[in-house]
Amino acid sequence: MTGAPWVCGSGEPRARARSGLVIGMYSEKVMKHFADPQNVGVIEDPDGVGQVGNPTCGDIMRMFIKVAGDRVSDIKFQTFGCGAAIATSSVCTEMAKGKTLDECMEITRDMVADELDGLPKQKLHCSNLAADALHAAIEDYRGKADPDSN
Amino acid sequence: MATIYLDHSATTPVDPEVLDAMLPYYRGQYGNASSIHQAGRAARQAIDEAREQVAIAIGAAPEEIYFVSGGTEADNLALRGYVEQSGNTRNGSHIITSKIEHHAVLHTAAKLARQGKPVTYCGVDGDGVIDLGELADGIRDDTVLISVMLANNEVGTIEPLREIREIIGDRRIALHTDAVQALGEMDINVDELGVDMMSLSAHKVYGPKGIGALYVRKGTRFSAQIVGGGHERNKRAGTENVPGIAGFGKACELILRDGCENRARVAALRDRLVAGILERVEDAHYNGHPENRIPKNASLCFRGCEGEALLLHLDFMGICASSGSACTSQSLEPSHVLAAMGVPIEIAHGVLRLTLGKDSTQQEIDTAIDAVAEVVAKIRRISAAIEI
Repeated sequence: MTGAPWVCGSGEPRARARSGLVIGMYSEKVMKHFADPQNVGVIEDPDGVGQVGNPTCGDIMRMFIKVAGDRVSDIKFQTFGCGAAIATSSVCTEMAKGKTLDECMEITRDMVADELDGLPKQKLHCSNLAADALHAAIEDYRGKADPDSN
Repeated sequence: MATIYLDHSATTPVDPEVLDAMLPYYRGQYGNASSIHQAGRAARQAIDEAREQVAIAIGAAPEEIYFVSGGTEADNLALRGYVEQSGNTRNGSHIITSKIEHHAVLHTAAKLARQGKPVTYCGVDGDGVIDLGELADGIRDDTVLISVMLANNEVGTIEPLREIREIIGDRRIALHTDAVQALGEMDINVDELGVDMMSLSAHKVYGPKGIGALYVRKGTRFSAQIVGGGHERNKRAGTENVPGIAGFGKACELILRDGCENRARVAALRDRLVAGILERVEDAHYNGHPENRIPKNASLCFRGCEGEALLLHLDFMGICASSGSACTSQSLEPSHVLAAMGVPIEIAHGVLRLTLGKDSTQQEIDTAIDAVAEVVAKIRRISAAIEI
C-alpha cells in the first residue's frame, strides 16, 4: 500500500520551532556573568576612562583601567543596561585584564559575544558597546600618556 | 523555591471552577454547536448560557455579545468592522484614538491609516489620562469612531469614557473601548459608560487563553472580518470554541460573585506593596493616576536600573513580573505609554510592572517588597557611577 495517501511519512520535523524570546535565548555563560558580574566598580585614580552609549538607547558603559608597563593591570566597569549589557561588560573586563594594550585594542564585539557562547541577534549591539568602552579607555590613557600624539 | 506570580496583567491562572466548567466540553460533550443532533444541542446550550453570563457582567443583552478568539481579535473587529460598515453609509472614516492604546488597537488603526482612513492619536497627561480637550478638538465632520481604552495595561490608569460620550453628544460617532484590563477590576456597565462597542478577554480574568468577546450595542452596525459561516449571527465565522466560551462565561459569573470582595483586598495589598517599595527604595516613581487606577496594577520606575535586568534578578528569586522597557520588547522600542505620559526615556528604561491577583497574599507582597529593594540596590551598585 506504499504510495497510498494516508501512509505516514518519516515523522521527523524539518526544522525546530524557535520562540524568538530574548530571555530564553540567553546562554548559561551570559546568565552567569549577569548574575555574578566580574570587576564591578570604580578605580579612584584610573589611568584611563572610557564611556560609551547614551540614555536614549538604554545602554551606558564606563570602563576604568590601570596600566602597568604596556598591560592592563586592573580594570573595573559600571554599566546601566540590560542582561546582555551587564554580561558583556563583565566578560570584556575579564578578557582585557592582564593583556597588553595592543591586544585589548584587537578585542572585537564578535570575540566578546563568542566568549559568552553567543547572544541573541538584537543584543549583539551590547557586545559592540563593551569592546568600544574598553577601546575608549585605552585611547583615553594613550591620549594622556602622550598628549602630543594624535 | 516558591513562585510569586505578580504578572496578572499578562495573564492569570485558570480558576479551578472555570476549568471544571470547561472540561465537559472536552470530554463527553464535544459536539459542534451547529449540529442538529443532541450532541450539538448540548454545545449550543453551553454557548447560550455563557453568552448570558458575559452580558450580565457588563450590563448588556446576550445578543450584543460576539465571541472571538481574544482581546486582540475583538479590537481588530471593532475598528475594522465598524469603519468598513460605516464606509457604506457615510462620507468619512476618520478615527480618533489615544497614544496609549494597546498595540492591538494602535496597529489596527495604523493598518486602516495605510488604507487611507485618517487617524488622530490623542495625547495624555502625566498620569496617563486622556486629554479631553485635545479629543474634542480632534472631532471632524468625517469622524466616525472614537476608541479609548477603559484601563491602561501598563500603568493601570482608568480613562474617562463617560466624559468622552458627553463630548460626542448627538454626533453620529461610535465609541469603542478596549476593556481587556478593566473587566474584573471595576464595575462595568455599558449604558453608564455610554459605549457602543467593548473588547473583552478571558485570560485576564482567570479564564482560558484563546477566547474573548466584542460587545456591540444593538443598532450599531459592523462588518464581519472573518467570514465563512453564519456563526455569531454572521459576524464571526468559525466553529465555536465551546470549552473556551463555557470557561469565559464561568469566569464572568465568578467576577459577579466575588469581584467586589477581591478588588478591595487586591487594592489594599497593592497599596501596601507600593508604599513598602517607596519607603525602602529611593528615586522610585509610581506610574499612573494615583486614585483612578485598577486595583491590581503597581507600575514603578527606578532611576539607574534597566527593566530587563530587574526582571531577570526578580526571576532568580522566584518573582514573576514584567516591564515594558525597550530591552524587554521584541522591537527594542521603549514604552509608548510612558513616552506619551512624558516620562523621560532614561527613567522609562527602568520600569517594573507588578500586577496582583485575587490569590496574592500579604506574605507574597512583603517578600516582594524585600526582593525589589534588594534587586534595585544590586543593579544600582553596577550603575552607580553612570549619570542618568
